[in-house]
Amino acid sequence: MNRFAYARPATIADAAQLLARPGAKAIAGGTNIVDLMKEGAETPDLLVDLRRLPLHDIRETDGGGLSLGALVPNADTAYDERVSERFPLLAHAILAGASAQLRNAATNGGNLNQRTRCYYFYDTATPCNKRAPGSGCGAIGGVNRIHAVLGTSEQCIATHPSDMCVALAALDARVKVHGPDGERVIDFGDYHRLPGDDPSKDNTLAAGEIVTAIDLDAFDCGHNWTYLKLRDRLSYAFALVSVAIALRIDGDTIVEARIALGGVAHKPWRVVEAEALLAGKAPDDALFATVADRILAGARGHGDNDFKVELARRVIVRALGQAVAGTPQTIADKRIA
Amino acid sequence: MATALSSPTSRIGDPLSRVDGRLKTTGLANYAADFPVEGLTYGVVVSAAITKGRITAIDATAARAAPGVIEIVTHENRPDVVDKDKVWQDMVAPKGSPFRPLGDAEIRFAQQPVALVVADTFEAARHAATLVDIRYEAASHVTDLTEAEAGAYNPKGDGTYSPEKSRSDLANPLGNTKAHVEKVYQEAAHRVSGRYTLAPEHHNPMELFASTAIWKPDGSLFIHDKTQGAQNSATYLAGIFGLKPEQVHVVAPFMGGGFGVGLRPQYQLFLAAIAAKMIERPVKVVMTRQQMFSHQYRPNVIYDIAIAADQAGRLQAIRSDCVGATSRFETFAENIVDWCARGYRCDNIALDYRVAPVDTYTPGSMRAPGAATALNLFEIAMDELAYEVGIDPLELRLVNYTSKDEISGQPFTSKALDKAYAEGAERFGWSKRVHAPRAMTDGRELVGWGMATGVWETLFQAHAVRARLRPDGVLEVATASADIGTGTYTIMTQIASEEMGMPVDRIDAQLGDSTLPKAPVEGGSWGAASIGNALVLACTALKAKLLKAARKIDDSPLANAAIEQVEFVGGQIRVKNDPARAIDLTDLVTTEGGPIEVEETGSPKMLEAAKKARNTHQAVFVEVKVDEQLGQIRVTRVVTAVAAGRIINPKTARSQILGGVVMGIGMALHEETMMDHRLGRFMNHNLAEYHVPAHADIADIDVIFVDEPDHEVNPLGIKGLGEIGIVGTAAAVANAIFHATGVRVRDLPITSDRLL
Repeated sequence: MNRFAYARPATIADAAQLLARPGAKAIAGGTNIVDLMKEGAETPDLLVDLRRLPLHDIRETDGGGLSLGALVPNADTAYDERVSERFPLLAHAILAGASAQLRNAATNGGNLNQRTRCYYFYDTATPCNKRAPGSGCGAIGGVNRIHAVLGTSEQCIATHPSDMCVALAALDARVKVHGPDGERVIDFGDYHRLPGDDPSKDNTLAAGEIVTAIDLDAFDCGHNWTYLKLRDRLSYAFALVSVAIALRIDGDTIVEARIALGGVAHKPWRVVEAEALLAGKAPDDALFATVADRILAGARGHGDNDFKVELARRVIVRALGQAVAGTPQTIADKRIA
Repeated sequence: MATALSSPTSRIGDPLSRVDGRLKTTGLANYAADFPVEGLTYGVVVSAAITKGRITAIDATAARAAPGVIEIVTHENRPDVVDKDKVWQDMVAPKGSPFRPLGDAEIRFAQQPVALVVADTFEAARHAATLVDIRYEAASHVTDLTEAEAGAYNPKGDGTYSPEKSRSDLANPLGNTKAHVEKVYQEAAHRVSGRYTLAPEHHNPMELFASTAIWKPDGSLFIHDKTQGAQNSATYLAGIFGLKPEQVHVVAPFMGGGFGVGLRPQYQLFLAAIAAKMIERPVKVVMTRQQMFSHQYRPNVIYDIAIAADQAGRLQAIRSDCVGATSRFETFAENIVDWCARGYRCDNIALDYRVAPVDTYTPGSMRAPGAATALNLFEIAMDELAYEVGIDPLELRLVNYTSKDEISGQPFTSKALDKAYAEGAERFGWSKRVHAPRAMTDGRELVGWGMATGVWETLFQAHAVRARLRPDGVLEVATASADIGTGTYTIMTQIASEEMGMPVDRIDAQLGDSTLPKAPVEGGSWGAASIGNALVLACTALKAKLLKAARKIDDSPLANAAIEQVEFVGGQIRVKNDPARAIDLTDLVTTEGGPIEVEETGSPKMLEAAKKARNTHQAVFVEVKVDEQLGQIRVTRVVTAVAAGRIINPKTARSQILGGVVMGIGMALHEETMMDHRLGRFMNHNLAEYHVPAHADIADIDVIFVDEPDHEVNPLGIKGLGEIGIVGTAAAVANAIFHATGVRVRDLPITSDRLL
């Protein structure tokens, strides 16, 4: 038996204390950590089960916002009426990911903290700087169809695999965390990080910190949103490229644009300067192309994934068209509007 | 004692639901790893971390010290076994020296099993497996077929490839005509040539390979195995362990998918047996999903095709030249290059097939081995030729239609492919197709209609079948073959029911047990025809034996009845023209005081028309809708018309074709095991990243079985359906994509990036 300790704390403070121990890992839905342990990619000494913590609710916040408890299952979040009415972009992004069974088990906090699906990360017989720092990156020069084209480093070209997080990035969510020094709030854009020289760190969570909630301020974009995901089969596959868009439009003018990309980087990818190009402008395909180019500035393939740069450009343009038209991509119909 | 009839009888042609359906859906069907065994221990395989080289040291100290660990089996400490190639060659082994798990220190392929950790619990074994410290000396490897191609050789070893038999009326005998074929090709009005490729595919049945080995006090061996051939596993182990064949008993009643990967014994079988011998306790070994990528796969190929036609589209020359992957220790060869030359009329043919050794495990048969590779690529070339000539792709097939096997010259026992073309095209609405690519749209999407032809062999293998009427009134029909999920139990029940006039619930079909009457592995689509015909022989013999017994009863109402004068109806034998004169079969067996049984063997010798070609065909029509800008491909409609002789059960038959078509769609769009050639390792070795179609990828599939009476192929006129659904389907998808987009892709799978 792989002897690891298991703890199921009842309070956030206790959980934080346990998670501060070296070799401690959190488990909630277990849809990712268990796989990682089976394959030897994670070998925790202590598994801290968070499910007894009081983080199972979706709460109203001031101004029509919502606070999504970290332990609410992805499915319950997507099907919560308040979420699907106020943040349909988020609901659709969640439902574009995984399978019904996985979404029932996976939690919101776990979705943020899931790890990359890079083949080399999972195969302990191969080099991976994220799993075994200093061993090299197998994906560079290797099989890298699903890998990143933006924000990569010489150390790592892994992507963050979440769909939900792409929507959360576009919605300017905030991640509430509780740690040994109390609570802090992290802007969503600062939560995940780029690999840089230390790909072993996926995010900026410190040892002992627990995600307690994801807060969303009201963002009324009417029907001017979409989540468009391209993948290697029509369901149950991680995104090759996905894009979440929320626009505020006044008459013929875009007032505010939020655009986040998935499947292309170590974190959901946003470029606020590119979004700003849309503000105060009338929608127009040429403008969309300019925006896409700006978002993808510096994008670079690594062989198998070269196509992602052009694909991402086209997906952004198409999705902007969908959002402007107020015809969000539906999940049930795989035809892309 | 008369048994009340509680269920109806069934006949060939009835859509009888699977007789094992309830067991499977309620979890009562035990698969290989499901059987509870007293005192069971658990073996976990340690897989090699390198692709080629040697093990220089194994330090199992930490693993041995882990709680619950019983033994660490390696090449260094395993008991001796027979080492001759001959015993390691299972019934369907290709030429060569089979891999011996834990045979020696040499590493021949990535994830090769290098140790088996056995413990009291699965969890303990799995953990200790991570503690076995193995040192290697790596050697350089080659896994890239384009690199290995230089070392390709003819699998027959004679330097040139030629089909088994050649047509005598050809102007240029086959196999020696390259220059002539090239000349004809160059002079022809229309030409297509190119290099076509297929990626490596892994079978990925849902059920993982699993074996439990139990050594009995008398020195015999009992095995639960996942296999398409219980007797193959049994003779394999008997040879290796120096036992008599009857000393090894293998049971495998159900299979969670095979697709050919269960034809040969996999390494968990030997590992369970050797470990159980060492520790003198039962051992169960189950592979991980990752390890399912460590053995057989459908070999990737490089297929060079050149075809030429005259103005009317009549084929003038075919060059069919293929290199497929094999391992360094066995020569796995498939019939790939012949299919095109057999199926179309053409006088100038040059065929060449070679295999190139790479540092992987030996590839193996996967659903329609050879034909699926060949025709799903060649039928793309045929579509190209149709556009080159400027005629409808279906018309091109009709122009080149042949009623004989164009290599052997033999006529077919039946070939209703023409009907299949017609009925499939009609149902699909093919006549409304606009020939030009990019001419059909639906909103933003481009619409493409493509078609292709599929061909598979109608094979027949010797099978012995036992029919036994038990004192409880149940009719057992049994052979050592397998139901690999296709419905063999069900069709055996139907045929026995019809032959014996017995209700379905009084028939007990038995398969998957090496002690049952002799049968080969279950594959090649030969099961239904071979077992079905042998079963009829057995039932016929049983009827005679039953009548004989019935006549001997005191005051028998059948005392003077001849076999032609009686009929078997409702669990009785009765006189046809005087049904009141009857004997209940259960009463008869009870009177006899024991079961009445017969065993009969059906063999290819029973076939008439030995000199005829036997094939199944499909004409498959596919609609795709393509979002060209984003490269998204949707298969929105499939119509396939299948000509496969007599259909025993339209319900299970349709399921077989649906499965084949879905797999064909996967071959076209999804399935690809991606190799890192630097590491010599398949990287997407899990079902999250090795994509097979999901429900969303599959829309309407309309299966037509065309009428194809065949009194020559075998007495029942059955042809088999396991493979035909995949053959041509991927090409039809590829051709539909061309029709939609004008983009011709010659490499499968066609992932979205190929259209960007």
